[in-house]
Amino acid sequence: MHEFRFEPVQMPESETSLRRQVREFLAQEKANGAMPLRHNSWSCYDADFSRKCGQRGFIGMTWPQQYGGHEKTPLERYIVTEELLAGGAPLGAHWVADRQSGHQILTHGSETARRSILPRIAAGECFIGIGMSEPDSGSDLASVRTRAVKVDGGWRITGTKVWTSNAHRAHYLIALVRTAPKEDDRHAGLTQFIIDLSQPGVTVRPIYNLYSSHDFNEVVFEEYFVADEMVLGEVGQGWQTVTGELVLERSGSDRFMSTYQTMLESMRMIGPQPDERSAVEIGRFVAHLATLRRMSSSLAGMVERGQQPALEAALVKDLGTTLEREIPEVFRQLIPVQASLGEGDSYSELLGMSVLRSVGFTLRGGTREILRGMIARGLGLR
Amino acid sequence: MSDMQEDLIKTVDRVVADACSKAVRDSAENGQWPQALWQALEDVGLPKALLDETAGGVGLGFTDAMLILRRSAYHGVPVPLAETMLAGRSLAAAGLDVPEGPLTVALAAPGADLAWSGSVSAPVVSGTAPRVPWGAQCEMAVVAGELDGRAMIGLVRCTDANVSEQRNLAGEPRVSLQFNGASLVAAAELALAPQRLHTDGALFRTVQMAGALERALQHALDYASERITFGRPIAKFQAVQHMLAVLAGQAAAASAAADMAVDASVDAPDEFAVAAAKARVGEAAGRGAEIAHQIHGAMGFTHEHSLHYVTRRLWSWRDEFGGETWWQARLGRMAAAAGPESLWPMLTRTLAA
Repeated sequence: MHEFRFEPVQMPESETSLRRQVREFLAQEKANGAMPLRHNSWSCYDADFSRKCGQRGFIGMTWPQQYGGHEKTPLERYIVTEELLAGGAPLGAHWVADRQSGHQILTHGSETARRSILPRIAAGECFIGIGMSEPDSGSDLASVRTRAVKVDGGWRITGTKVWTSNAHRAHYLIALVRTAPKEDDRHAGLTQFIIDLSQPGVTVRPIYNLYSSHDFNEVVFEEYFVADEMVLGEVGQGWQTVTGELVLERSGSDRFMSTYQTMLESMRMIGPQPDERSAVEIGRFVAHLATLRRMSSSLAGMVERGQQPALEAALVKDLGTTLEREIPEVFRQLIPVQASLGEGDSYSELLGMSVLRSVGFTLRGGTREILRGMIARGLGLR
Repeated sequence: MSDMQEDLIKTVDRVVADACSKAVRDSAENGQWPQALWQALEDVGLPKALLDETAGGVGLGFTDAMLILRRSAYHGVPVPLAETMLAGRSLAAAGLDVPEGPLTVALAAPGADLAWSGSVSAPVVSGTAPRVPWGAQCEMAVVAGELDGRAMIGLVRCTDANVSEQRNLAGEPRVSLQFNGASLVAAAELALAPQRLHTDGALFRTVQMAGALERALQHALDYASERITFGRPIAKFQAVQHMLAVLAGQAAAASAAADMAVDASVDAPDEFAVAAAKARVGEAAGRGAEIAHQIHGAMGFTHEHSLHYVTRRLWSWRDEFGGETWWQARLGRMAAAAGPESLWPMLTRTLAA
């Protein structure tokens, strides 16, 4: 059996000053009116805010300076991102690029790709989408059918990606593509490419979500040309590189803090002297949050030690997204306010959006069922 | 985990293998004090593991001592190891000598105190301490209260109380001790002594539950791999795999929460961390035990199978030293009074930052 151990981490000496920097920055932004109440900070797109994060050195924190990074440790990055999330900062524009794509480019990209893209991400001026799922491939990611054919100097890609958040306003996409026919080893023959969305041969079409908002898209490739230097890693090694990317996608504190603002606003509605039932429910969530934070920071420690905690990340994401979904479900029973549709600042709308958005928490980044399958494999059951 | 920590675990495993057979467990539940098991634990110094050498202990340090406690709970040993450690830690904190043998802690119901009277040099104690663990088997118990406006801790003889015996769901003695002017064997001032003992008790139960849940998971994994139904081990069914994944998640959360509370409580119990951990682990105990039993089917409902030695303890320990609701309400009031702006500093332990 795989032993799930969440060793404690020793926070760096810079912890206090980093937290203070972020808290001061957010206080200033709030005072300037640049940060209205957000229901879900890391899904909230705000390019201006991302540029400010870039200027503050809050993006690409762990990357080398030559690529615009700040050479901080993963734990230092963890501290800054959890502070930004806790403050409800609108991080959606640069979130994917900072969380996973930049790391993929740094670790597996060509020198050209690193030099041309990473400094712009770190400056908060370049945004990236995730090109994994397809119309017929979601949980079974290895079954992707978008294919690339080798041509002189590069590849021509044909196929369709779906559920691509922000593709209509991102600069790049990292796409998982089949570069060799499927063999017995279905994980072989896949490759990740950096796709420049401004080039011809790629069309982005909106997919409106259940509350009629345009967040994700369908992305269609027709003989799209991508140069060799935009390949990530070795051709055919895409399964290994995408697995590493998924660990980054799943392991952060974003996976239990999506409704943290709803928690805070609900506490504000309930006030400083809760009745017994409200006190119990608030306390239960505080206990869960404290535990998840312990587990999540432990994951950051594993990443810092060079490990790839895929199973631990799956386990924390399963627990974390369960909590995220419970928060609006419980508070709606404690506070006599009916949920409304709309993206305004009222508690009614905040609650409404949390209920509607919650649907996605246990889908995006790997469904609960896929995660539990991974955990079962880790337990030696598969 | 360090080599020394692995050795500590092996030591506990060896003592249990040698001295804690099913017959010993069952006779302990029937009221027989398991002297050979207790002696074996004392022979390797475990009940005094967390005491300094000057206090007659082994000087292992709190974290390693909690690892021993957790492993003892993994095995569901039917002796007051947690209570003896807890009593020793509290007496040592007040600078009092720790007597030999098994010890327990006699607390008043939450919110109430035992009444202390007499002089500081010769205090006496009155009142009822309900459900004292192993109260009839231990010669002495630690008590706490207030005397002349000072928080006090002391030692009292259990034989000086009227005793009415009950058992928790695991068959462990839980005894109501009624003191009526019982003289203290020793006493000293200790800041916030009653709360401190109660919170420390919750911490120790949290650590024990994390260990017991780990064993419940191991039992469930073993059984799911052995039990053949419809021509294959039930572990091969996706529905069963998902149940085990949820159980593993609860066990991992319990483990992390218990570690969090231990790390924060090396010198004295940390109210916030213990409250969060006792509440979270108590919840995990209920959910985890339910799944472990569902996996075992009717076999887990029998006395013959060993699963119940840990699940009955989980169902008992989650209630003791404050159940989930008690600690959740406490945490919730703490958080609400501080206000939403202070929740994050509270969670990150940076309230002053």
